[in-house]
Amino acid sequence: MRYLLKVFVGLAIVGWGTGAHGEISVGDRFPPLQAGGLEGAAPETKGHVLLVDFWASWCEPCKESFPAYSRLHSDYQSRGLVVVAVSVDEKEPAFSAFVKRQAPPFATLRDSTHQLVGMIKVPAMPTCYLVGRDGTVRFVHRGFHGRETDLELRNEINALLAENQSPP
Amino acid sequence: MKTNLFRLILAGVLSALGLACGGCASANLARVQPWERATLADYTMRADRDPLSGAIREHVFFSREAASGGRGIGGSNCGCN
Repeated sequence: MRYLLKVFVGLAIVGWGTGAHGEISVGDRFPPLQAGGLEGAAPETKGHVLLVDFWASWCEPCKESFPAYSRLHSDYQSRGLVVVAVSVDEKEPAFSAFVKRQAPPFATLRDSTHQLVGMIKVPAMPTCYLVGRDGTVRFVHRGFHGRETDLELRNEINALLAENQSPP
Repeated sequence: MKTNLFRLILAGVLSALGLACGGCASANLARVQPWERATLADYTMRADRDPLSGAIREHVFFSREAASGGRGIGGSNCGCN
């Protein structure tokens, strides 16, 4: 009977291990961008408030989100916000064409192997993570809902920037 | 002999239960992840990409399903149009 119990527990553990879980959420530490095997130069993020957006060229709301992130970048860059957009495009031409068309003023990286996005388990396209100066995820936005998301982001960014006014 | 058979059956049931309690019962097991949907988002995957083909399919649908009144089109339910 003890043997059977061990079999049950073992299989339950194996089964749990194969299941998908571990999505990064509020309060978790955001993995370093350099660790994700991303293509492109990641900006210095230490001590800054970080906005990381996961996007794809085939995602319609992503096209709408880029101008909004560009405005956030220009409005808050001087106060310590770093905006990074990580593409999950496997095809480089699609990624390049999107970036050329949008011409964002912030850093755009590409996770072609889906290493980082798989680690974070991004729940939707696009998803935006607001990371505090201490490197922990403070807010997560699934999808982009135009002005509503923009206003929420501005409030949250203001709050995060106000937490520590000392320069990084 | 009888005890061994009972143990075997019990082991089988517990194994199945163990796997079901774990990840095999997870809803994420065979799910296409949000970052893997490039092909699904492709234009060629759209049902309405060809207006003519769409109109023909729509006509066939409401002609054959005339009894239910067609799809968004008012009519006499005769299915003759």
